[in-house]
Amino acid sequence: MLLTAFCLTFLVFVMTNLYPNLEKLAKSEGNFRMTDIEVATWLSSNGYRSPLDPQVLEDFRSDKITLEEASAKVNTGFDPRIFRNYAEWIGVYPGWTGESRDGVPRGRCILPGTDPAEAPTFCGILQGKWGWSTVAKTPVSEALGTRIGNTGFLMLCVMLLMVPSALIVGVLAGMREGSALDRSLSTFSITTTATPEYVSGVLFIAIFTSSAVGLKWFKGTATSAMDNATFENFFLPVLTIALYGMGYIARMTRASMAEVMTAQYIRTARLKGVSFGNIVMKHALRNALIAPFTVIMLQFPWLLNGVVIVETLFQYKGVGWELVRAAGNNDIEMLLAISVVSVFVVLVTQLISDIGYVYLNPRISVT
Amino acid sequence: MDPLTWTGSLGSILNPILTILLPVFAVALVARIFLSFFEPDTGIQTNPDGTIMATGGIWGLSAKLVNWLGLAVLILALAYLILGAVLGTGAGIVGGISRQFLPVWIALVATYVASIHYKRRLGLYGKLFDSMIGMIGFGIVMFWVYTAIFYGVFDWIATHDPLGQASGMKNKVPGTPLRGAEDGDFQWYLFGGDNLARDIFSRVVAGSTIVVAIAPLATLFAFMVGITLGLPAGFYGGRLDTALSFVANLILAFPVILLFYLLVTPEIVATGLPQFMAVVLFLFPLIFSGVLIHSRYRTQPSKNYLYLAIVLIPMLLIYLSLINNPDPSSSKITFWPLDFFDIPGGVLVVFVSVVFVNSPTVFRIVRGLTMDIKTRDYVAAAQTRGERPWYIMLWEILPNARGPLIVDFCLRIGYTTILLGTLGFFGLGLPPESPDWGSTINEGRKLLSIYLHPALPPALSLLSLVLGLNLLADGLREESLRD
Repeated sequence: MLLTAFCLTFLVFVMTNLYPNLEKLAKSEGNFRMTDIEVATWLSSNGYRSPLDPQVLEDFRSDKITLEEASAKVNTGFDPRIFRNYAEWIGVYPGWTGESRDGVPRGRCILPGTDPAEAPTFCGILQGKWGWSTVAKTPVSEALGTRIGNTGFLMLCVMLLMVPSALIVGVLAGMREGSALDRSLSTFSITTTATPEYVSGVLFIAIFTSSAVGLKWFKGTATSAMDNATFENFFLPVLTIALYGMGYIARMTRASMAEVMTAQYIRTARLKGVSFGNIVMKHALRNALIAPFTVIMLQFPWLLNGVVIVETLFQYKGVGWELVRAAGNNDIEMLLAISVVSVFVVLVTQLISDIGYVYLNPRISVT
Repeated sequence: MDPLTWTGSLGSILNPILTILLPVFAVALVARIFLSFFEPDTGIQTNPDGTIMATGGIWGLSAKLVNWLGLAVLILALAYLILGAVLGTGAGIVGGISRQFLPVWIALVATYVASIHYKRRLGLYGKLFDSMIGMIGFGIVMFWVYTAIFYGVFDWIATHDPLGQASGMKNKVPGTPLRGAEDGDFQWYLFGGDNLARDIFSRVVAGSTIVVAIAPLATLFAFMVGITLGLPAGFYGGRLDTALSFVANLILAFPVILLFYLLVTPEIVATGLPQFMAVVLFLFPLIFSGVLIHSRYRTQPSKNYLYLAIVLIPMLLIYLSLINNPDPSSSKITFWPLDFFDIPGGVLVVFVSVVFVNSPTVFRIVRGLTMDIKTRDYVAAAQTRGERPWYIMLWEILPNARGPLIVDFCLRIGYTTILLGTLGFFGLGLPPESPDWGSTINEGRKLLSIYLHPALPPALSLLSLVLGLNLLADGLREESLRD
């Protein structure tokens, strides 16, 4: 699992640190009319790439070769420096240091506005240093902290709404397979799995918030929900995410419930004359909930998806909103931090689902 | 030209019926669902004398009521569509739309008549017509498939150019007459105009072509990759399995949107990474069909080489023209001289990323099925006969895993459609003026609190297509489990 985490973060690291991204970063941080040579020197002096071949630079400065010829010699492909950068970012290799043109010491660990002498040697995510967000102009940890809080609250509400209602729908549908109740609830859950968040969200906004329909029961944005979440401004985003995940869990619960209801021990209970309600509540329910538990846990990666869509749609400034902003503005360190967070969430939920499965189902043991 | 109302001349007769019938039907349906909580565990009962008896009392009554009212609603909806197709825009917007879709209705009716007539000879496809859910799902899916084909091939159905702008039509409501329309033009914007004064109806129809072209093909490629890697992983097990499963889990642990943002941004596209991924991913169909033929005809070399040549040479040509693009500004692979067609850069990137995201899941399904099936007797029999591993995998295991794979294929097309919509929603990949449903929803949502009509038609279209695919998968699963 640790290996998976390292591989994933390294992949994201490589993809965010490809040359075109870095070039864009250099131009937005420096100035937009930089030549290719200036970009390359900026990148090497800021510790992103290996330094330029000094011979080329020398020739270019003394006008032996033109700008085009020099630009053609800039390495825009693979750079072994990436491994060192990754180690620096993790925090197992000392951060780079150097001096700017006017002799001020600079380095990975020296944040703007701090004393270079006090800067630590290592500053990667192991030391809790997540880097500098070029869009928010603050350290990533600061900017992302509140976002994670917002998203965590959203996810919590979604779970509180989604899991109980999905289980109820699934159990009700599965307890009498083929009945009218089953058919209508199954149709409902198929419809919700077929409705991605950006469709249901748009439909909800259109029906409940727009002035064209005129119901105006809810608010179309959840921006105010970040400080003060009320039913009016927060229910629609929660419902939008919950509905999409709900259908899937409900169908799993239904299948598992229907399977349990045909089991031998249920038939025995019926023959003993146990009432139908008692059969469902006391005999079937616990056994039917084993399979949905795993599904609920594995829903988390999908929920992350929905969170990004809904946060964009409802203007709720959480991790998903930040991801869209960071990706749109080439905020490399922020993107890396977000990927670490999401990969962490996914891996932890997988672990929980494995452990929880063993506890719920005594027939399976670790040994 | 007057603006169109929704139902035009039909409205005076049919609308009052609809306004009475719909609430009654809704009440009956809710009552039926509510009553079914307390329904005794009966269903159809057999009497001692051999006759059968339906559920009686209030439950039987409510069931009958719902059935008849549902039938009445259905007939009314059909009346709107059929009379609309006859009257055209005389029957308002509904009529105009129904008339535009006339080729689709004809094709659908022809398909259904032919399929139901010959359903006993058509295998699993024929059995689909035994299940109501499967039929409904198939109908919805085929509706969009025919729409896409008729628009993409013959340029029917759409009333205007999906990219063309008309002056004075910005954000106009459905049924607005086109200002300054010439004689040959269609006179109205059936679903109104969007923010850039383009016809929404035509854009939705054009969008269906993009979705119906990309989604099944991308799913097919994902299945090729998943099957080619999943079969050996499940069959051999061991280190190969560990390595492949690790990679698959790696991709699965990525949140999809993060992956899209990393893959589809213009900077990454400029490095040619998606193209190199296309080189690898598009190779799998070739490997698959090559191994498929070779493992079967290994002992008959003359047939073997003939079939291999017949299949592989055209595929290789298509493959090379697919990955090759002579324009050096947008492509890294320009060496191949014999280029038949070019895929627009955006479409290729979207295609590759969707295949990439889908294939690990398919891999896991195929691997699981293979591990299950390889313990069967017929596999042992083939091993005893001395068949090679790849023959067993492709000709013994794969055909016996087809049921779950076909069902998953249908579901996965729906999921791919959702993914395509997600990409469009975030404005990734396809060009911004593209009429695909995701982009159109994204454009329409920005003005949603004032104008509903730009966002709703593409949203409902996407919903109906995915719903149709899910119902179709459900029907197929039901029917394939029956035997």
